[in-house]
Amino acid sequence: MATRLLLPALLAYLVAAALFLTWGARGDWGFVLAFRGEKLAALTLVAAAVAISTIVFQTITANRILTPSIMGFDALYLLIQTGLVFALSGVGAVSLDPLVKFGAETALMLAAALALFSIVLRGAGDLNRMVLTGIIIGVVFRSVTGLMNRMMDPSEFTMIQSATFARFNAVDTRLLWIAALVTLAAAAALMARARELDVLSLGRDAAINLGVDHDRAAKRLLLLVSLLVSVSTALVGPVVFFGLLVSALTHRIAGTFRHDVLLPLSALLAAVILVASQTLFERVLGLQTSVSVVIEALGGIVFIYLILKRPVR
Amino acid sequence: MIQIESLTASLGDAPILNGIDAVLPRGALTALVGPNGAGKSTLLSVLGRLTPMTGGSVRLDGADLAQIPSRDLARRLSVLRQDTVIATRLTVEDLAGFGRYPHSQGRLTPEDRDIVRRCLALVDLEPLAGRHLDTLSGGQRQRALIAMALAQQTEVLLLDEPLNNLDLAHARRVMNVAAEEARAGKTVVVVLHDLTIAARFADHVVAMKDGRIHDAGPPPEVMSAASLGALYECKVEVHEIGGHRVVMPI
Repeated sequence: MATRLLLPALLAYLVAAALFLTWGARGDWGFVLAFRGEKLAALTLVAAAVAISTIVFQTITANRILTPSIMGFDALYLLIQTGLVFALSGVGAVSLDPLVKFGAETALMLAAALALFSIVLRGAGDLNRMVLTGIIIGVVFRSVTGLMNRMMDPSEFTMIQSATFARFNAVDTRLLWIAALVTLAAAAALMARARELDVLSLGRDAAINLGVDHDRAAKRLLLLVSLLVSVSTALVGPVVFFGLLVSALTHRIAGTFRHDVLLPLSALLAAVILVASQTLFERVLGLQTSVSVVIEALGGIVFIYLILKRPVR
Repeated sequence: MIQIESLTASLGDAPILNGIDAVLPRGALTALVGPNGAGKSTLLSVLGRLTPMTGGSVRLDGADLAQIPSRDLARRLSVLRQDTVIATRLTVEDLAGFGRYPHSQGRLTPEDRDIVRRCLALVDLEPLAGRHLDTLSGGQRQRALIAMALAQQTEVLLLDEPLNNLDLAHARRVMNVAAEEARAGKTVVVVLHDLTIAARFADHVVAMKDGRIHDAGPPPEVMSAASLGALYECKVEVHEIGGHRVVMPI
């Protein structure tokens, strides 16, 4: 059953990747492939990280609507970006070594994510409380960001503007390698725990009864989720609803509880969506930056749909 | 055998168990009875380490329950809580298969599948093995959960109101299965509200009230009109009909 689902997804990804690499390419192939290959790697990496982290997060919190980014993670990212420009003034933030900046960002996000998610986990099971917590945390972060925006120099403010949306076009190669290592390691660790995740999806009581130390397992898994989310966000910026879009699709298509299918399937689906839409927008339609905007709009619609059709318990 | 000594536990700030001393014998079906809010469910969930205890001790065959690693305990003790909701979309067979997780860590062997099928047959769910849980009635879902607890094949089986939503034929079937497990040498504890069923199937009765043990012993002693009247604070009549004890509130 696993191959019946995963094989078509893998084929779709290969087709999308081939189109992305070759569509409308002119001139030196070696250069084109190297240049586009790097972007392809970045897109795939971010897609996999977002997809896997969302599926795992939703399993631990036993819901299908909330995702790490909806729980205020994107707002946190913007706050950190703004705080950085604010504290160092614009020039300092730009002249910072990207490697150092990436490391600092990831570390900050990781610490904040762990704090945020453990608050969330305490309310797990109470979806209304979790939604409210997420919204309020998001509002607080955005308000602080807005305050700093108003206090800073207009030219510094324009720097932050570009950080507001995900940028898949300008990824630093060195960062890509580090992010790839971290993402692969975290994804492999999660795959190794696929069966534990299956049991956790039954809920806390059933998991404990079956011999899984729920609280410890959830904390360990959330650490991996935080790592994935931090790295992908620090790499390209916030994508709020993409994870939700992918997880909804994955659960619909897979129709199974087994995480050894769900995790790779979600990663492949996410990569197909991201690479195919990037090909469509950048190569066919000739647009530059609108991919993340369109994906966000789609994901937002899915979010509203899921909220509305949620069965009343 | 489970030995409980001056056990206390709270939910939030509210003390629920105020010093429980009890013995749940091996090879017997113990009925746990008492009014709403007596702490029966909390006691079961403390025994199943789902709720932390605040004091006292629980011993499983002489070993301190808190010292037994979670994974080992899952092979020795299974607990089914009241109103268990499974959020994931599963088939009946998948759910019962999870009962084998402590033994096989998720990779079901042919023997595991045999055990799962036998347990489904015990609760009359074999024909529905491939159905998704969200397409079942409340009683069928309850039986699927019981099948999962049975599939765990533990020496201790704790069932919190397993007869919820069950019709009378399936209630009898489940009680017969529980009694059979007890006769096979297991420690079976069942929270029951139907005292007639408790009187008929139980080998040992523990009555709880206000987080304390009110009375414990063989059914004829505990289930007298006077003792039950004091337990529930209402007038109760106990009649003998067709050789069975029937408990009636008036």
